[in-house]
Amino acid sequence: MSPSVPLQEMIRAIRSARTQCEERGVIQRECAAIRAQFRQSDNGGRSHNLAKLLYVHMLGYPAHFGQMECVRMIASPRYSEKRVGYLGAMMLLDEKQDASLLITNSIKNDLSHSNQYVQSLALCTLACMGSAEMCRDLAPEIDRLLRASNSYIKKKAALCAVHIVRKVHDLGELFTPAARSLLAEKNHGVLHGAVVLITELCERNQETLERFRKTVPDLVQIMKGLVISGYSPEHDVAGISDPFLQVRILRLLRILGRNNEGASDAMNDLLAQVATNTDSTKTVGNAVLYETVLTVLHIKSESGLRVLAVNILGRFLLNNDRNIRYIAMISLQKIVGTDHNAVQRHRGTIVDCLKDQDASVKRRALDLSLALVSASNVRSMMKELLLFLSSCPPELRAQAASGIFNAAERYAPSQRWHIDTILHVLTTAGGDVRDETVPNLIQLITNASELHCYTVHKLYRALLTDISQQSLVQVACWCIGEYGDLLLRGECQETEPVQVTEDDVLDALETVLQSHMSSPATRGFALTATMKLSTRITDNVDRIRSIVSIYGSCIDVELQQRAVEYNALFRKYDHMRYATILLVHSNNVHTVSISFERFVLKMQSSVFCSGSNRQVSPLVFLPQVCDLLDLLGGSEVTLQPIPAVGGTAPGLFTNTSSTTGGDLLDLLGGLEPAPPFFCSELSYLIFSAAPTVQVYEKAGVALTLSCEKQSDSGLTVTLTASNSTDSDISSFTLQAAVPKVCLIKHAIPTHTHQQTSFLC
Amino acid sequence: MQFMLLFSRQGKLRLQKWYVPLSDKEKKKITRELVQTVLARKPKMCSFLEWRDLKIVYKRYASLYFCCAIEDQDNELITLEIIHRYVELLDKYFGSVCELDIIFNFEKAYFILDEFLLGGEAQETSKKNVLKAIEQADLLQELNAFNVN
Repeated sequence: MSPSVPLQEMIRAIRSARTQCEERGVIQRECAAIRAQFRQSDNGGRSHNLAKLLYVHMLGYPAHFGQMECVRMIASPRYSEKRVGYLGAMMLLDEKQDASLLITNSIKNDLSHSNQYVQSLALCTLACMGSAEMCRDLAPEIDRLLRASNSYIKKKAALCAVHIVRKVHDLGELFTPAARSLLAEKNHGVLHGAVVLITELCERNQETLERFRKTVPDLVQIMKGLVISGYSPEHDVAGISDPFLQVRILRLLRILGRNNEGASDAMNDLLAQVATNTDSTKTVGNAVLYETVLTVLHIKSESGLRVLAVNILGRFLLNNDRNIRYIAMISLQKIVGTDHNAVQRHRGTIVDCLKDQDASVKRRALDLSLALVSASNVRSMMKELLLFLSSCPPELRAQAASGIFNAAERYAPSQRWHIDTILHVLTTAGGDVRDETVPNLIQLITNASELHCYTVHKLYRALLTDISQQSLVQVACWCIGEYGDLLLRGECQETEPVQVTEDDVLDALETVLQSHMSSPATRGFALTATMKLSTRITDNVDRIRSIVSIYGSCIDVELQQRAVEYNALFRKYDHMRYATILLVHSNNVHTVSISFERFVLKMQSSVFCSGSNRQVSPLVFLPQVCDLLDLLGGSEVTLQPIPAVGGTAPGLFTNTSSTTGGDLLDLLGGLEPAPPFFCSELSYLIFSAAPTVQVYEKAGVALTLSCEKQSDSGLTVTLTASNSTDSDISSFTLQAAVPKVCLIKHAIPTHTHQQTSFLC
Repeated sequence: MQFMLLFSRQGKLRLQKWYVPLSDKEKKKITRELVQTVLARKPKMCSFLEWRDLKIVYKRYASLYFCCAIEDQDNELITLEIIHRYVELLDKYFGSVCELDIIFNFEKAYFILDEFLLGGEAQETSKKNVLKAIEQADLLQELNAFNVN
């Protein structure tokens, strides 16, 4: 076909423009000329003009003024004009434009044109941009063409019908009979179109699917013909006969065989044959194998066939072609739930793919590896995954880290392994872990009480090496604050102990405090840890005091507040420092901006003494309390320093020696309500209480308290009073008080009359 | 198939065939983003990528990228074969096709595509038949002088 000279000249002119501005100029001139030409009624160059406009449109310039010209050209009797007109319609008109309706009539006429190439144009355009309305209008025409025309038209009519069905689902009914008969055709193009049409019909309508199941034997026959028969040069692609048709047939078989034993049986042999005989050296063969595998895995196939399919995927994994490896992994991902064991067999290869260069392949391998972690292979898999984490692309880090955490949580063989794994992740990818990781890890460490010494040693060493990973530093600081005494003791069973002095430890914490790499949250952790150490170390309390007071004038408000409160603790409540510090065993100090001073005062205000009948008021509970509440008559109780114990045991709370009942009342004024999360902190304290504690024993009266956690926010405290004196005690009443944020519900006491050696 | 794009290594669009109804604005946006994404990929990388909710299959032939967006149920590997078949058709038609051929004869590239794919699906699986049809249609166009009615 001879080229369009005017078109080519224009293209040359546009391309020779050196700047965007110049190009715009050329195009504006051309468009003006074209517009002028359009206005002229009939000239020989109409198709050239429209073609020029379409080129300009492709470059991104507006071309809507050409729409009406398209409509006119389509109606032209000249083939050359029709051809470009229809092309223009497909490019400039879409179903949303009103002008598209105008061409419906032209299309209708052209569908019955005597020349098949004109018919072809109409069919192509309808299938490309036909709106629902146009489809409804022209469907009967298409049905007619499906039945009574030559192969060239039939194949196009079939695909046009596909488009119609996609646009107007109900019209599927119309095409079903014709589709069925098309399967008997020999022409590959028609067969292909027929299979696509039947696939579409079956996907849309269950009833239609049932009806078409009867065609399975026919489809199997056609497939067999393609696979077994000799070389057909016309349809051959690298030794495979018409792979496009094969793939479509396999896909249709998949739909027909799903959830149906009969149909699946009928295609079993064929699938096995295709799976074994198809040459897999070229992409085209692999395309057919891929479709076969998908079909086998989605119908009710025999187990032998399924194994064959998974093995094909396994072979794909070893293929040099990266595309094939990617395809394999996608498919394996889809069946890892249902055929887990089969996929497990290829675990080694999948793990190797973690080292692939391509990021998409890596991502697939990561997803699949995480899905394959199980209790039996967790150690080896985790090793590979951690290795991957250290060199993986940044966009995959967060996913890898969280995947590793989940897997570790589910399958950790031991607590120590679990802690080690988390620490490893924090060291390698600390910046990409989620926020809950820090409190979760702290919880984990707390629960692993035998490993406290080991953990604090590991974290201390990690801290010395690198303070840039915030999550790691936060956990390390917390740990040192909590278990610093274990560190200083210099002995450890699980790992080589460090020989550190108190100064060394404080140095480490101070480095964190002062480093520009530390976030405000991290600094908070470090400061609190430093403060906590004041109860665990003996020599350097002054140093701690000085560190804390420096931060009293820190710019960061959070830090400043803490520092000021800690300072206050040093100054005013030094005697209570131990108790208070031991009490604050919080998971996430960062979010609980609990005011120590207020906390202390609240505690005091909760304790009240009422009268002299040996009545006792329980309060928020702390186990290992002895002589808790002998407040009667203003007796003074001094604080004893409590030796550092494991983190789960909050310590002792006693009254201050300098206040009596009267002063307590004074302190009640001017107190703001505690922050809401105070309650959860408090409940945490309560919940870490030991079950039963004897809180009072004097003159034969013994009181024990036991706590039972009812729910996340509720706690039952039971007071058991026993009387081992000879006389009765009467009018025994119970009064209880809690800080404002907690609600208390009294249960009715079971006895008010205490008799000798009666327990109530 | 939802659409096919051909673009150069500089990101210039040489052919766009859309099988789904989208506004001009949306088409431009999709084109821009997809072209950027594909051009950013390194040579040895996989031909498949997931973009928005579509599967993208692309292949580079000399200075042109052939990029198709297919649906979830479509077979990626056979799409590569479809792309290859189209290139073969262009090659046969133009005789050792190069980018310039497609630039200066873009309407013919469309005509060939429309003889090979219809409504986003392959309509003719025989190379010979496609080329024969194009030849006949071209001949008809040559006889421009005569009305076809």
